[in-house]
Amino acid sequence: MAWETVMGLEVHVELATKSKIFCSCTTEFGGEPNTHCCPVCTGMPGTLPVANRQVVNYAMKAGIALNCEITRYNKFDRKNYFYPDLPKAYQISQLYLPICRNGRVPIETETGVKKEIRIHEIHMEEDAGKLIHDDFNDVTKCDYNRCGVPLIEIVSEPDFRSAEEVIAYLTKLKSTLEYLGVSDCKMQEGSMRADVNLSVRQVGAEEFGTRTEMKNLNSFKAIAKAINYETKRQIDVLERGGRVIQETRRWDDNKDKSYAMRSKENAQDYRYFPEPDIPPIEIDDQWYSDIKNSLPELADAKKIRYMEQYNLPEYDADMITSQKALADFFEATTDICNNPKEVSNWIMGELMRKLSDEAVEAKDMKLTPASLAKLIELVEKKTINRNKAKEIFGVAFKEELDVEKYVKDNNLEQVSDEGMVLDIVKKVIASNQKAVDDYNSGNKKAIGFLMGQCMKELKGKGDPGVVNKLLSSELNNQ
Amino acid sequence: MEITRDMVEYVAELSRLKISEAEEESVRRGLGEIIGYMDILNNIDTEGVEAMSHAFAVKNVLRDDVVKQSADRSELLANAPVSDDEAFIVPKTVE
Amino acid sequence: MNIAEMTALELGRKIRDGELTAPGAVQSVLDEIKKKDGNINAYITVTEAEALARAEEVQLKIDAGEYKDSPLAGVPVAIKDNISTKGIKTSCASKILGDFKPPYNATVIDKLSQAGAVIIGKLNMDEFAMGSTGETSYYGETKNPWNTDRVTGGSSSGAAAAVAACEAPYALGSDTGGSIRQPASFCGVTGMKPTYGMVSRYGLIAYASSLDQIGPVAKDAADCAAILDVICGKDEMDGTSLDAECGGFLSGLSGDVGGLRIGVPKQCFGDGLGSEVKEAVLSVAETLKAGGASVQEFEMPIIDYAVPTYYIIAAAEASSNLSRFDGVKYGFRADDFEDLTDLYLKTRSEGFGNEVKRRILLGTFALSTGYYDAYYKKALRVKALIKKAFDEAYQKFDVILFPAAPTTAPKLGSSLSDPLKMYLSDIYTVSVNLAGLPGISVPCGFDKNGLPIGAQLVGAPLSDAKILNAAYSYQKVTEHHKKAAERFGKGAE
Repeated sequence: MAWETVMGLEVHVELATKSKIFCSCTTEFGGEPNTHCCPVCTGMPGTLPVANRQVVNYAMKAGIALNCEITRYNKFDRKNYFYPDLPKAYQISQLYLPICRNGRVPIETETGVKKEIRIHEIHMEEDAGKLIHDDFNDVTKCDYNRCGVPLIEIVSEPDFRSAEEVIAYLTKLKSTLEYLGVSDCKMQEGSMRADVNLSVRQVGAEEFGTRTEMKNLNSFKAIAKAINYETKRQIDVLERGGRVIQETRRWDDNKDKSYAMRSKENAQDYRYFPEPDIPPIEIDDQWYSDIKNSLPELADAKKIRYMEQYNLPEYDADMITSQKALADFFEATTDICNNPKEVSNWIMGELMRKLSDEAVEAKDMKLTPASLAKLIELVEKKTINRNKAKEIFGVAFKEELDVEKYVKDNNLEQVSDEGMVLDIVKKVIASNQKAVDDYNSGNKKAIGFLMGQCMKELKGKGDPGVVNKLLSSELNNQ
Repeated sequence: MEITRDMVEYVAELSRLKISEAEEESVRRGLGEIIGYMDILNNIDTEGVEAMSHAFAVKNVLRDDVVKQSADRSELLANAPVSDDEAFIVPKTVE
Repeated sequence: MNIAEMTALELGRKIRDGELTAPGAVQSVLDEIKKKDGNINAYITVTEAEALARAEEVQLKIDAGEYKDSPLAGVPVAIKDNISTKGIKTSCASKILGDFKPPYNATVIDKLSQAGAVIIGKLNMDEFAMGSTGETSYYGETKNPWNTDRVTGGSSSGAAAAVAACEAPYALGSDTGGSIRQPASFCGVTGMKPTYGMVSRYGLIAYASSLDQIGPVAKDAADCAAILDVICGKDEMDGTSLDAECGGFLSGLSGDVGGLRIGVPKQCFGDGLGSEVKEAVLSVAETLKAGGASVQEFEMPIIDYAVPTYYIIAAAEASSNLSRFDGVKYGFRADDFEDLTDLYLKTRSEGFGNEVKRRILLGTFALSTGYYDAYYKKALRVKALIKKAFDEAYQKFDVILFPAAPTTAPKLGSSLSDPLKMYLSDIYTVSVNLAGLPGISVPCGFDKNGLPIGAQLVGAPLSDAKILNAAYSYQKVTEHHKKAAERFGKGAE
């Protein structure tokens, strides 16, 4: 039997506002327990929420960038449930009038599958607190620092058929939200969290199967593993004649398996109703267009522009624009040295390799546009040769570097003086008779060895063009 | 609208209120009487009437995104039935 | 005249004129409390030491020439126990809040402080403001000073009783469905619910957020105007507070009601209204008519649906608002629980009284899957129709006259056994909250048992000044509002 996996995603993204959604406490990550709190976000009686305008702005930006319709008349609703991480015993969210609806996100997987994922809605809500389990004292401690940190929840339609599509979508979301500056999307800090609703059905079936919801997916890798695990689990259940139970499952990344969370005794009945403490939010044409006009150029548009304006190959343009940090770096460097092709080559080659080898995120790297621009300029002017430039790049990647000074201080300028090079060439020819004989007997490859010897004598600083020219003419004049 | 004991149990559980066997019947009757009375609202035609959650057309009451000093933690914890010097404490709760 | 008899404004004037001192006034009120409150039970907490210290502080400032424009400086005030007072127990008259001491003040408390007020204590009330008699308090019922076998009304039972018994020159109460106006009428004092949003709710422990409003309870309308001047205004901590012109209520009192158009809704003066009450309430219209107002009857059939609409909406919001009382962050926590769920169940079942539990269950029901549309949403639609009916009425009238309650104060213990009957007695007050309107209850007579009767003047949104002036005009030519002080304030010395 052939099975098909059907998935929908609920992605929670923490918005990068300075203060919380309904009070003025900081949203900063970390901090001692309960130190980023006030009477409002700890649910003290008599306190009231007042909504943060920037949250609405950010949610709107995300919605416009993801091709959603923006709801002009918004309300918040209360979602009621008891849990110690929720001090008011209700979460202020949006059910009836979410701020964005009916979006579309075009994706392309690593294997080249292109499709469009539909967004059902995006709504604004507050985060809950953190429970810290103290096994020694057998108690749970409630830390409300995260309470009231603003979130948007991006709910997709069940349009995914593979883990690759899910990853491509999340990568696209991450890139878009980073471009917008509305979230830093750090999965490990929980500022981007994806819950996967998954069911399986036989290929060709029209009805969806019973779905489960998977939580606690903290990396793309975990998501891919969890999807494969759950797909297999459900198929096993069905092939053995069983039934999939609708439940919430928690992924354990250490054990590489998921398990059903203790189901609430009752089917969840959140008793949503309009939040009476927050007046409606009406987005008029002016507000909408102010936000729309403030949107930066996003990856897709940037990619096309790079191909047209800078003549970058599609593959390069795609890679560079996939991360805001890389695109910003590309543009800043190009602005200085006006050599987009070279900048792109360096990013696609050396920089990508370094980022991957050192496991550094582009947005956290030390390399500055000024350093790379200077390297490119010095190579262009033949002040240094390409190999030396790569060495210097390695240093500049790790620490901020005044490239010009570094070249001078370490005496790395290229040697182009023909007299000086000629002396070395003669010396190398004299002391490598075997290679010279090989060359003369028709093994033209031997010149490579002799080049290498010359460069070694020149401490790697020789101008390859000059060395090559003089070496060839010396060998041929013998 | 007839209120059944199942409904009373369901609503009590959602409310996190315990109703003893002994109380259950009287609670059911009491709620049934009140809810029965509320059913007179069905006599009123509200077809096409917009549900009104806020009586006044106040809108867009929004704060600027400015951080202010958080509260002193010891003050927030001072009223807790059980706490240590940094957190509210509940019985071990793992989902 | 002794201190207990004085209105807040008279007392304030004498303090500023140097005839009396703030500490003297506080001591005098404390003496009244000591003398009477064992019997009345208006107070949950009396802050004697803090009040005396505060009075000294205020007196120094008055002596230094401050508070020149604060007519209530140095005057003691008592606060309903659902209004947060920093460091002072705020219980909502519920076991579940235990000895909760908020680490913050309600905005109205800060405003009172800035005006030089001296808080003298926290007042009894129906638990979480749920009740129409004052009998649901965990701290015992408050008794009506006019007849201690009678209820005070509720939920601002302590506020109305304290002012009537001269145990406080004035008080702040809260009104969700009549909780200021109805007890004021039962106790023969003046109580006002301002326009929703006129006064910040920050720090008012919520019963029903869309209906709750803080307001004054006082000896007369002029005091209410002075108090509203102090507490009103836009508050950045309350998104529902109105950004409207406020203040100038006291200075705006002219007593002139020439041309004032008064509407009398027929539906509110038919069956179910005692004849003594009816007569007394309608006499208010006659009195104002003599002052130049016009009076006209009109139809308002929708009013019959106000009680079910109100109880569905209020209970629904309450079920959510009261969920935070779970034994984790503040207040009471039950002993002997097995796990978290058991802790929630026991804490809430032992911590809340019966009336509160009833409304939580009712509200949870109205919001639950399958019933939301039929009950909660239906109620919001009827609310829209009630609001519309008022909007239309205010095209023709400036003020609508209602009774404050169908009867005078019932006997203690006669209401709680039949909650539906108690709910139905709120018929004249709840629609005012649903529509967000300002309403003021003024004493307008006594029944044959000598119990006070109250009439209610209700205005269009933001016409608080207009109803205050109508009440002031009425009180200029009548004496009903002075009877409490005459009876309970004499012989204080």
